[in-house]
Amino acid sequence: MGDGERKGQRMVALCMLGCVLFNFPVLALFNVPGTLLGVPLLYAYIFLAWALLIALMAWVVERRE
Amino acid sequence: MLQGWVIALTSFGYLGLLFAIAYYADKRADAGRSLIANPYIYALSLAVYATAWTFYGSVGRAASDGVGFLPIYIGPTLMIALWWLVMRKVLRISKANRITSLADFIASRYGKSALLGGVVTVIAVVGILPYISLQLKAVSNSFTIVLQYPEIVMPAKVGAIPILQDTALWAALILAAFTILFGTRHLYSAEHHEGMVAAIAFESLVKLLAFLAVGVFVTYGIYDGFADVFSRAAADAALQPLLTPLEGVAGGYANWVWLTVLSMLAIMFLPRQFQVTVIENTDERHLNKAIWLFPLYMLAINIFVLPIAFGGRLHFPDGLVDADTFVLTLPMAEKQELLALLVFIGGLSAATGMVIVETIALSTMVCNDLVMPVLLRMRSLRLNERADLTGLLLGIRRGSILLILLLGFLYFRLAGEAYALVSIGLISFAAVAQFAPAALGGIFWKDGTRRGALAGLAAGFVVWFYTLLLPALARSGWLPLGLLENGPFGIELLKPLELFGLSGLDQITHAMLWSMLANLGMYVVVSLLDTPSAEEHRQASLFVDVFKGAGDAPGARFWRGTASATDLHNLLTRFLGAEAADDAFRGYAMRKGISWPAQPLPADAEFVHHVETQLAGAIGAASARIMVASAVKEEALTVEEVRKILDEASQVVMYSHRLEQKSRELEAASAELRAANERLQELDRMKDDFVSTVSHELRTPLTSIRAFAEILLANPEVELTQRKQFVGIIVKETERLTRLINQVLDLAKLESGSAEWHVTQVDMRELVDDVLAGMSQVFTEKGIEVVAHLPVRVAPVGADLDRVIQVLLNLLSNAVKFCGPAQGRIEVTLETVGDWVRVDVRDNGPGIARSDQRVIFEKFRQAGDTLTDKPQGTGLGLPISRQIVEYLGGRLWVESRLGSGACFSFTLPVSRQAA
Repeated sequence: MGDGERKGQRMVALCMLGCVLFNFPVLALFNVPGTLLGVPLLYAYIFLAWALLIALMAWVVERRE
Repeated sequence: MLQGWVIALTSFGYLGLLFAIAYYADKRADAGRSLIANPYIYALSLAVYATAWTFYGSVGRAASDGVGFLPIYIGPTLMIALWWLVMRKVLRISKANRITSLADFIASRYGKSALLGGVVTVIAVVGILPYISLQLKAVSNSFTIVLQYPEIVMPAKVGAIPILQDTALWAALILAAFTILFGTRHLYSAEHHEGMVAAIAFESLVKLLAFLAVGVFVTYGIYDGFADVFSRAAADAALQPLLTPLEGVAGGYANWVWLTVLSMLAIMFLPRQFQVTVIENTDERHLNKAIWLFPLYMLAINIFVLPIAFGGRLHFPDGLVDADTFVLTLPMAEKQELLALLVFIGGLSAATGMVIVETIALSTMVCNDLVMPVLLRMRSLRLNERADLTGLLLGIRRGSILLILLLGFLYFRLAGEAYALVSIGLISFAAVAQFAPAALGGIFWKDGTRRGALAGLAAGFVVWFYTLLLPALARSGWLPLGLLENGPFGIELLKPLELFGLSGLDQITHAMLWSMLANLGMYVVVSLLDTPSAEEHRQASLFVDVFKGAGDAPGARFWRGTASATDLHNLLTRFLGAEAADDAFRGYAMRKGISWPAQPLPADAEFVHHVETQLAGAIGAASARIMVASAVKEEALTVEEVRKILDEASQVVMYSHRLEQKSRELEAASAELRAANERLQELDRMKDDFVSTVSHELRTPLTSIRAFAEILLANPEVELTQRKQFVGIIVKETERLTRLINQVLDLAKLESGSAEWHVTQVDMRELVDDVLAGMSQVFTEKGIEVVAHLPVRVAPVGADLDRVIQVLLNLLSNAVKFCGPAQGRIEVTLETVGDWVRVDVRDNGPGIARSDQRVIFEKFRQAGDTLTDKPQGTGLGLPISRQIVEYLGGRLWVESRLGSGACFSFTLPVSRQAA
């Protein structure tokens, strides 16, 4: 179970990271005019952060200790 | 080519294809080569989450407020990160208890309460109706719109069409027939519908591909990539606010957060999600891949939502086209008939997938947790005496599927018009979120009770009904609008949309806040005031401690009574059919090593538990409890007894933990002992070596002393000169003996730490000078040139003067011994290096081979072959010197190469006081 517990803790940490990334103060930073490669900043940020979170989740859950 | 018959034919063709896939998967499952037992199919089947809401509604939502569609997918992503902790536990519990539905899960946790199961079922059915109506609305609207091609005409108002001409009714009926064919062809053991899962996974692929196809077409076909769509939107005054959408909206962030929370709960507690995630799961490990594949799916299906939404609004600036239909109307406006057909099929996949799984899940709940418990209690029906109940079970399920879809249609007729797709769906989300406290609390908190769960669910449901469902009905004209504007009976404080005066939030946020408060509050407060029954106690411990459970059937510990195997067999036969009952018996007998039916099965607690779990897999825990109780004679356990059993069990677990710990400690201790023993043996060997070396070293001078003394004794007439010479040798050897013994004693003192030290401030320059002067006689005798490099002043070191002199003398006499016989030369260097004073003694002798450089610091070891070269000295000088220097906090070492002399150096720390 030791392994599983560590994994579980890492996943909880990722969930918390997600809660911060997709919440008020951080979102407000990107809720401004401006674009990234032609995509409005807020949308670019949300999709990139989302993809990053999924990548981290995949990494944590598929990693063999 | 988009005539009605083409569309109808394609739709039926598609449904037929689904059926074929399901049929094939079922056949494979029967043959034991499951099609769905892999993590990719599992992840795709979870994507049943993406319904017509996602397919059509997301674009509609994005077109009106920009980001509002995203929390619905980000929330689940966050929740799924917690699945490793939460869902694994739910899966384990459900497998151990053969849970058949969400209602079964909650009822089973709170003492297999039939009442609680019924309440959950009612909430689920009522709560999901808006969601089903959303699918019907989407299917019928998309059908009507496609039919009008090449014109783009919005569907007429619902009320304007007679019921029998309403496509939604036909959609409902066809879907009902299809689902009945699909999910209730026979009774599935433990509600595994392999065929359904395979078809759903296929549908997930179809809707994703269809949506991506439209996305690519709109973004790169109509417009010139993402940047183009967004820059045109930025140029449009009406669309510009949507580019920084969280700004102007009142409570923008609060709404965002609540939507996220809501969808976090929905992904766990939507009946269809529970069905595919938990009930249909074939292997716990599939969760690993699904944890990231499913969020990835959601990300992929959302990438093109914004371009389609903005593209649609730019394309239909007059606002006459409903944004919920952009996905379909954009290809139609561009005369892309094939693409429009593909979109229609994609939307159909999204809707049918949802409807199939949702109604199957709900019908299982209605059958197992609502209808059966009631029927079984009605003695006048004499169900207990019916030989085969499988037909009845299937009948109830088929009936409830039809009923649920018709109710969904009714809701669509009553309230479907007032809201956009997403808003309809959110009402259902808020309803299923009410399960969260009872379900999540149930798996982590042992003290949650049946009455607590009932109170929480009821309170949450009532608030949900009042703040979300009533307003929906009122807005559609079925209740007076005054109810919303002035509150019931004109009581402003009770206005459904601004309960207790709370305003400024959107409807969903407002409802979630109050309903969750009521639900969670009642659940916790009532649970804390309540005393749970024996049954609740044991179920709570089985659920919360599922990972700690010991043995095959921990539930069996709690049963006491008498039963007959024949009665139990009859019971299983009635509900599962003879074949499945025989299988269940044979499986159990095999595990126990009994050759059933030749030998009888002992009808003990474990066996009764086994039968009950099997039965629960078909009719749910609550019903199974009733049936088993009627077939066997049970003795009711009191709360005290259950508590005692639990205590005993937890004590056993605790003892075994302690035992494990003790044995680990023992292992560690014995390893330490082994190491200590080895060390002792090593020391013992070293002591033996030392003693034998010392004896040997002592014997050499003793032998020669004795030999010369015997010569003198035996030959008194030896010449005087020779006698003098012999006595000289005896004196020299005696001196050597004394020196040796002194050094051995010295070393023993140093090593045991009993030597006396007089540490003072020592001026090294003075010391070196004195020692060199003292030895000058020796140097001149041997013809050795001594060169000293001494600075004017060095910092004083804290050391024992005599001991340091001993070290230096030792090094110098070594150097003298090994100097070249002809042009001997010794260099002495003194210098300060940082916090250290360093002394080098360099000779120009033969040098020391690298392999010997360590050896010379060991006791009685000298460089070179001690057998041929007569040892010059005792072999203890360097070990003693090193002991001294190290005791004083310095270091003694040698640098040398064969043939070019050796340089012995030592350092001593500069005295702190002086620095």
